[in-house]
Amino acid sequence: MKQLLILGAGSAGTMMANHLVKALPQKGWQMTIVDQEKTHYYQPGFLFLPFGTYAESDIIRPIGQFVPKGVKLVNSAIDRIVGEENKVLLANGEALAYDLLIVATGSHIAPEEVAGLLESGWRKDVFDFYTFEGAKALRDKLANWPGGKLVVHITEMPIKCPVAPLEFAFLADDFFKQKGIRDKVDITYVTPLPGAFTKPTASRKLGYLLKEKNINVVTDFYIEQVDGTDKKIVDYGGQEVQYDLLVTVPTNKGDECIARSGLGDELNFIPTDKHTLQSKAFDNIFVLGDATNLPASKAGSVAHFQAEILTENVLRYVEGKPLKADFDGHANCFVETGAGKALLIDFNYEVEPVEGTFPIAGVGPLRLLRESRMNHWGKLAFRWIYWNMLLQGRPIPFVKPQMSRAGKNISTAVPETETVH
Amino acid sequence: MQKLINGQPIDVNEEGYLTNLTQWNEGVAETIATEEGVGPLTTRHWDVLRFLQDQQRKEVALTIRRIGQSGVVSIKEFYDLFPGGPLKKASKIAGIPKPASCI
Repeated sequence: MKQLLILGAGSAGTMMANHLVKALPQKGWQMTIVDQEKTHYYQPGFLFLPFGTYAESDIIRPIGQFVPKGVKLVNSAIDRIVGEENKVLLANGEALAYDLLIVATGSHIAPEEVAGLLESGWRKDVFDFYTFEGAKALRDKLANWPGGKLVVHITEMPIKCPVAPLEFAFLADDFFKQKGIRDKVDITYVTPLPGAFTKPTASRKLGYLLKEKNINVVTDFYIEQVDGTDKKIVDYGGQEVQYDLLVTVPTNKGDECIARSGLGDELNFIPTDKHTLQSKAFDNIFVLGDATNLPASKAGSVAHFQAEILTENVLRYVEGKPLKADFDGHANCFVETGAGKALLIDFNYEVEPVEGTFPIAGVGPLRLLRESRMNHWGKLAFRWIYWNMLLQGRPIPFVKPQMSRAGKNISTAVPETETVH
Repeated sequence: MQKLINGQPIDVNEEGYLTNLTQWNEGVAETIATEEGVGPLTTRHWDVLRFLQDQQRKEVALTIRRIGQSGVVSIKEFYDLFPGGPLKKASKIAGIPKPASCI
């Protein structure tokens, strides 16, 4: 029996298990999936938990619930991958041999990477919302917070779900309005990038959102330290931003087991072929989801599209056929803008988010890069889709793994009419 | 679109970032550096610019942290060399895309 091993039973690993179980066992392969967690988290829900929109029970399920029959689930932390010997050492002392390995170990926050972050009132007046614990702690804080300076901060790129901090700022604006204390809250969005929006079309079309919601923006801020005594964050250029409540997205890193395996870059992300999803180090190791170093968004939708393409490539690899270079960086994300509205963006390596209709060209019903209530309902409905369709690897109607150019105003993205200097 | 930089027509995007690295040369870099309030360019500037281009050719996404860990320049010195938004300014001068997020 040949062995297929999947590391990580989050969104990406679980989808791969569900796709491959339909084809591999009948070809004489045994499938195993390893994860240290007992809980599967609906991670997009971490954005809503602090505002009380979702309850804890809405966003957690037992991890084994989505691992299909025919795939063995091993509940253990991973020590390391030994690529030269085609085996994985587990923290529990076990060694698992593989013929083909799929790495889906994701990314996590590393607050220890910023000086003073963990020593300065962590989860008292400094919070993250990228973990279940952090989002819960922030919910409890926001419930009684009287107002003051709220700073929403990104440490450095890349981060999981790059739009989440912006969504958090928009939802916070709405939350404090509902509470009747918006006039007591000063919201500042602090980013290491040159703007809250960095793509030309999005900058032009969406810049109004920050003004309309009275959110201050500090750009090009690369944090050096958190000063918990004076309650300020300080950057390498000497800029300072005061806070009463700091909601920060710390450095995101790949799993430590990747560093122990010698397979990662300086942030533990794995060098991966951007089109085939084969690791650069070993032909029989494939990588998907947040664990890769690809210049694509770290998002569930990306993992979903990659899973469909990687399934075909794994089957081709098993049959000795050449791989297909089909992954185009496709991502599809709802962006909450508050007050029951949301945007939808659909883009890939080549095409930035533009206006249009989705998923049916010219029809919709969803609008791209424009606020609408329908988009917001789409985002909320997505939780059901995630638990009931996405994890099981069921196809989403009309949505293909590669980005469709139909229904997009791509010509507006490149202003050809501008004066030639 | 094209822009006349140092007397040569260069392909740039609407924010003035080069869209074709092969059109870059040292004269182009000097001209953009002056426009950005950086410069004149010293050996240390060139070390950093060449490192950025090298990373771009390898398709490695750049962050200030990566640059700080490269051994080419410390983050403090990077700020001193390209004051006020070092990564976006250095990228523009090096002829590579602006650091960006997905939206």
